[in-house]
Formats: sequence, structure tokens, C-alpha cells
Amino acid sequence: MKPNVPVEALHTQEMLINMGPQHPSTHGVLRVILRTDGEVVVNARPDVGYLHRGLEKIGERVTYAQFMPFTDRLDYLAAMNCNCAWAWAVENLAGIEVPERAEYIRVIVCELNRISSHLIAFGSFTADMGAFTPFLYSIREREKVNDLFEAACGNRLTYNYARVGGVSADLPQGFLEKTKEFLDYFEPKIDEYNNLISYNKIFVHRLANVAAISADNAVAYGLTGPNLRGSGVSFDLRRDEPYSVYPKLEFDVCVGTGERGVLGDCFDRYMVRINEMRQSVRILRQAVAQIPEGPVLAKVPRVFKPAAGEVYFRSECPRGETGFYIISDGTGNPSRLKIRAGSFVTMNIFETVTRGLMIADIVAVIGSFDIILPEIDR
Amino acid sequence: MEPQALFDAVKAKFGDAALELQVTGFRPAFVVVAPASIADIARFLRDDPAMRFDSLMCLSGVDYKDRFAVACHLYSMRHRHAIGLKAYLPKENPLLPSMDAVWPAANFMERETYDLFGIVFEGSKDLRRILLPEDWEGHPLRKDYKYPDFYHGIKV
Amino acid sequence: MEVLARSLISAFPVISGVPLWAVTLLIMVVVAAILLVFFLTFGGLGSYVLRKVAGDIQVRIGPNRVGPYGILQFLADGAKLILKEDIIPAKADRFLFVLAPYLVFIGSFSAFVVVPFGVGLIAADLNIGVYYVMAVTSLVVIGILMAGWASNNKWALLGGMRAVAQIVSYEIPVAMALLPAVLIAGSLSLQDIVRSQGGLVGIFGWNLFHNPFTFFSFFLYLTAGQAETNQTPFDLPEAESELVSGYNVEYSGIRYAFFFLAEFGDMFVVAALASACFLGGWHVPFFRAEALPSLWGNLLSLGAFLAKAFGLVLVMMWVRWTLPRLRVDQLMRMSWKYLVPLTFVNLLGVSLWLLVFKGKGIPQLIASIFTG
Repeated sequence: MKPNVPVEALHTQEMLINMGPQHPSTHGVLRVILRTDGEVVVNARPDVGYLHRGLEKIGERVTYAQFMPFTDRLDYLAAMNCNCAWAWAVENLAGIEVPERAEYIRVIVCELNRISSHLIAFGSFTADMGAFTPFLYSIREREKVNDLFEAACGNRLTYNYARVGGVSADLPQGFLEKTKEFLDYFEPKIDEYNNLISYNKIFVHRLANVAAISADNAVAYGLTGPNLRGSGVSFDLRRDEPYSVYPKLEFDVCVGTGERGVLGDCFDRYMVRINEMRQSVRILRQAVAQIPEGPVLAKVPRVFKPAAGEVYFRSECPRGETGFYIISDGTGNPSRLKIRAGSFVTMNIFETVTRGLMIADIVAVIGSFDIILPEIDR
Repeated sequence: MEPQALFDAVKAKFGDAALELQVTGFRPAFVVVAPASIADIARFLRDDPAMRFDSLMCLSGVDYKDRFAVACHLYSMRHRHAIGLKAYLPKENPLLPSMDAVWPAANFMERETYDLFGIVFEGSKDLRRILLPEDWEGHPLRKDYKYPDFYHGIKV
Repeated sequence: MEVLARSLISAFPVISGVPLWAVTLLIMVVVAAILLVFFLTFGGLGSYVLRKVAGDIQVRIGPNRVGPYGILQFLADGAKLILKEDIIPAKADRFLFVLAPYLVFIGSFSAFVVVPFGVGLIAADLNIGVYYVMAVTSLVVIGILMAGWASNNKWALLGGMRAVAQIVSYEIPVAMALLPAVLIAGSLSLQDIVRSQGGLVGIFGWNLFHNPFTFFSFFLYLTAGQAETNQTPFDLPEAESELVSGYNVEYSGIRYAFFFLAEFGDMFVVAALASACFLGGWHVPFFRAEALPSLWGNLLSLGAFLAKAFGLVLVMMWVRWTLPRLRVDQLMRMSWKYLVPLTFVNLLGVSLWLLVFKGKGIPQLIASIFTG
């Protein structure tokens, strides 16, 4: 129906709204500058840097071993992964051989941390969508993982567990049995989540066809991890550039299939994370069965001075690939330490992908990318 | 593809712009190029069928004490090989062409390099400070950076 | 009221000198006070039950510190809200900012006038009962829009505008879904509607089982009612995770308490109307409450009504904690493309049924087969 008033006579104005840095669903101190025409977003520009702590500069002043606690604060929900990523990068630089038991322990804690990180991603995402209940369920599961980590290293969030050359301490007695119990308890829960919320009609309608990213765009914009796989690109560092003991473990790479909408939309990225939890359980079962006895820390000189050189090492963290570009000049401190974080590069595509969405979809996009601000801002 | 073969291919196409190949002690190997032609070489590396470096893993600025550098790490999803691309820059007025037309992923990384080192990427679609406030003075990751005493009246 | 006033005067000759209008006024004030106390108690205890239900669904405990089982939590919350500093944003439109909570409260509370609590327990049995409720609850819309606008906050404005769009759109399905009950009773008065469901014994007199269209209508009404009261899945105007509490983001202290209570009041009105129109109101199954002596009859019917209304409130809370939130355009689409046509078809169906079966429902038809 045509309105009686000619459209040109209606005075409309774009609204400039500020979302954040304090906001319940921006997953940290992210500021999004929204220009909207009513409910439709014309432009959404992310403004990051509220959590910039100068980790790279700090890295130039501390030794390689002393930088380990800083990697906890890089992605605090997947701190084990970041710890191990740094340890692997330094061992790659200096050519240190890590004992096999230590590598298995690292894989076990990394995969457990992947599960707990994806649980938080799942829980907070559904809470942003308005279903407050699944968040509490995922927290309940995560508590069990936290208990395991507390037994292993004493901490529930910033673990500082890995060391250059291995891990700081061996697993306590009973850890492997308790891990097996947790896996048996947790695996049916994933189906419960799918029944509860994943295929709920309202939830699917909120996510399907929102912010679809094609495979070419995903690669060109540098997306990694579940975001890349959600667009249909089958690339997983654990399989394609394997490190540690991953060559000995069998698992599938979960890829988005466009099952409820367009390939590469928010729902695909969400389902990739759910399925990855299942695969992590599978990896854990194998690792727990295969872990050998032995030492957990290689002999690394107290004053550790790797040879001069430059190395770039990346590993698969729950939010993408975490890469460390280390330039060593032969002294005990790194000369340049560049942290390539998955979430930082993911924010690159944010402005492009949010054109034409509604304000409620912005929340869905941020949640489906599963960004975390310390990683973006370092 | 072997780094030497890759370097030869770049040298064959761009001649003097390809300066040297750094292999020992460098993982992945670095192809050092002249700054002015880095964007063209990047495009060549992305589009050439034998190389197909469609993914920019990491773009960082480096401060070697006597000069700057911009180091890119490239990866090919198709051929599953990696290479590094480096350009040395003088300390005064470091600038080089932007690569964000070749890989859109470069945009944020170039902004970060500009923010923390002061390296200017010409032709970038959006070169602003990203991590530090817009009115911050200085570029912190430079080795000769002096911390300011005050920022807007707050003691730093 | 007048009848009550006259009977009071005749019972207490000492006040026979007082003019009739004064006694009537006094009675009105007393009744309003009783309703207000009920409203506030329901708001308070309702919030406690909400949090406990939320805790149960979310595998946690809920309030359990203040008082036994945390039952005094609402008093603590109320005291906190009353003692809070009253902040009005500097550039806010003061008059509208202050007026908005009152309008929302009035919109919600004045619907309590026609809620049939028991056999004789109704503040005023207006002969336009249903129509009156529809009209008066629309005041809430103006109040919310005022709150959103006067806060001088873009998020609040967005929330206010979404709320207006939502509530106005869902008024139509709400009204259309209630009309079948009106058609069956032949009257807009809520007491008449309740009485019309008392024919058969047990629950078969309920409008819910009258014919398939009213059965459907009940669920349509509950859905639209969930949207009217801004509950998830329709809580976009106050979406916590998106708009940071939407239109009431700038309100604190007692003003916020008004919004909060009004929301509970609205929930109760929706549940009360649903139980009055579809679930038999204050009829007690297998009892003739009207036949009992006045006090017991009233109490029993009050109990039955409250049980039904509270049960429906519980269902609304249950749905609130289970489902995710609809986006604005999906919400609008649901109302205009689905609920409005469905309720229209429903209304048509009920009218045809009543025409064909001469006003009898399925249970009545079955009963008439047995009785001849």
C-alpha cells in the first residue's frame, strides 16, 4: 500500500548508537559504533583496544619462561591452549625435544580446555539469544573441567601449566580415571543441548541466513578455527599441520554444512562448535588410553638462550589459530614477539558482514564469531 | 614448493625487486623484497597457479635496531605450503604500499603495525590507530620508544 | 457498590446520617486498598516464585538466604528499591520521565477492577468488562513510550519503540482470542462469562472444551498474552542482552519498582482473564459454589480462581525461561501474518458453531444426548 505522504517528505535520520564497551553481550570490552536506520544497521564499526596491555612489548623484556603466565591472559577461557601454543613455539625455535608423556598431557588439557571454552561459547551465545537456561547447564559441565584442572595445576582459570620443555608437574593420581568419568558423563549432554536449544525453531530462525560468509571470503579475510570451518572450508591445524602427538590421534574435522540456512551463516558456526566438542571427547578418550609413563619436563638450561633465528608457529586454539612469530637474537629475551590471535583477525570481517542486518543480529554475529577481547587487544 | 624455487620464480618476474632469500634459522623461509613492489609481488604470489598463497597468516612490523621491517607470513590452502615475505624499511619515514587489496585480512594487521610502529601503508583503505587511543603520541613497539609522563593529565 | 452501601447503612443504623455517596466512596477506597495490597503482594511473592522457578529450571537454588527458603527476599528487594537514590538523567524530560511509571502502573492496576475473584468478589462487575480491560491495558503503551523517550537515551528509545510496536500489534490477537468466550456467554461482563461456564459438573463446563475453536483460542490467547506482557520469547523491549534493559534502563529505585510491579500485574491480568474466559473462572469442579453459604462460597471460589490464575502465571514463567527470543521482524511477522489471521478464522469458526449447534458446546451436546 502506498502511503499518502510522499516518501521524500518524511524526515528520517540515521541514528548513531554506541554499543559498548560495557554491554552484556559484547563478550568483553568491545565497542561497536552502530549507524542504524531504524532497526536496520547501515554501518557497524568495531572499536577495539580497550584491553590493550602491551603484551608484545612486555614480551621483549621478560625471558621465554617468564612469558608463560602472560599467555594465560591472552585467551583466558582457553588458557591451556595458549600456554601450550607458546611452549610449542619456543620449543620449535630452540629445537627442544619434549618427552612423550608431556605431549600427551598437553593434548589432554588442551582438549579439555577446548571443551570448556566451547561450552562457554555455547552458553553465552544462547544467553545472548534470550534463552538463559543453557548457560547454566554449560557452566555446570565446565565446573567439572575446572575441578580437573584444579587437581592438575592448582588453578581454575589462569593455569600457567605448560613449561618450555614439558609441563610443570605430572598429573595427580586418579586424574585419568576422573577424566574418563567426566567424558562418560559429558558425551550424552551434547545431545541434550541439541534437543534443548540447538534445533529450537526460534533459535534456528535467529541464526539461519544471518551473516553468511562464503569460503573464499573466509580465507581471504583470514578467518580461522571454527569460523573458517563454519563456511565449509575443511582446514584444521591439528590435522593439516600436525604438531605434538596429534598425528597419533584419530578425529574428524567438523565443517559447516548449511543445514538450516545458507552455508557459512551463524548457525553453521555454532554447530561446528557443538560438533567439535564431540570430537574433543573422542580425542580425549584416545589420549587417556594411549598416554605413556615417563618424565614430564625435558632438560632445559636454567638460563635459556636459543640460537638466533625467526620462527612462526601456529596451533589450533578454540577461537582460531594462535600464532607466535618469535625473533630471537641469541639472548635470553625475545627480540620481537608477535602474537597472531584468531579473534583479532576475525574482527576484520565484522564491518563487511554486518551491513544490512538488524540490531538484534549484531549480537548474533558477535556471539557466533566467539571473540574474546584479551586476544584481540593483547 | 621449495623456497629456492619460489624465490627464483619471483626473481624471474620482478627482477631486482627480489633481494634475498633467508633460509637457515628462518622457519618459514623469508623472501626479502624491495618495499615499493611488495604489493605487486603479493598479488603475484596470490594469483600464480603454482603458488596460490590465498591466506595471509600474519603481518607484523619488526624493529631491527638499525632498520624496520614488515614481515608477512603467507599460506596456501590449495598447495599447503607456507612462505614469508619481508621488506626492510628505513627508520625515517618508513612507508610501503598496502596489501589490503590483495588480502582483506591485512587491513587490521596493517593498522596495528601502523599503530605500534608508525609504518605507513600507502593506499590502505583505512589506516587509523587501532589498539591505542586516536590521540596517543608515539609508537610503542619501537625500540627507542619513551613512555610519556602524562596522557590527558593522567600520570602514565 | 451501591447495593453494598445500602446494605451497610441498613446494618449499621449509626451511620444512617451519612449520605449514600460518602459510604459508597468509602467502600470503593477500601476495595481499592484491598486490591492494591493484593497487587503488591502478588508482585513481591511473584518475583520470589519467578526466581525460584528460574533456579529450578536452571539447576541452581534461587534465593534461599533471606528468611526460610528465601521467602522474605522480595521484602529485602522492595526495601532496597525504596531506599535507593532517585536518579533522573540530566537531560531527561523530567515531567514525562516521572509520569511514565505511574501511567504504566495505572494501566496495569486498573484492569484489576473487573477481575472476577469469586462468586461475589469483584470490585465492579462492569457490563463492558472485557472491552474495559482491553482499553485500559493500552495505557501501558503510552507509559512505555514515554519512558523510552524521556530517558534521553537511544537504547531506551529503541526499547520503547519496539515495545509500542509489539504491544499494539498483539492487542488484536488478544482481543480476537477473547471474543469466543464473549460470544458463548453473550455478554462482555466477566462475571457473566464465568457464570456461563457453570452448566455442567466438573470441568466440562469450561469454555476450553466447548468446541475445538475455543480450545485453540485459549492457546492463541496465552501466546498473545505472553507478548503483551513482554515476556520471553517476546521480551525484545527489555532484552537484557541486547538493549541492556531497554526502556527502563535509566530508571532506578521506586520508579523501577513501578515498572517491575506493573509487569507482574499484567501477567496476572492475562492469566486471570484466561482462567475466567476459558478455564471456568471461580467455578470449583464438582461443587456448586454459588449454592454454599456466602462466606464459604466466596472463599472456595476465590481459592479455585487463584489456583487457576497462579497456575497459568507459572506456565508463563516456565515458557519464559525455556525459549530464546524472537527478533523484532520475526515478532511482527508472527503477529500480523500468523496470529491475526488465525484468530479471525477462529472467531468465524466459533460463530458458525454457535449458529449450527444453537449455542451448545461439545460437552453440552453429549449431555443432551444422555438426557434426552
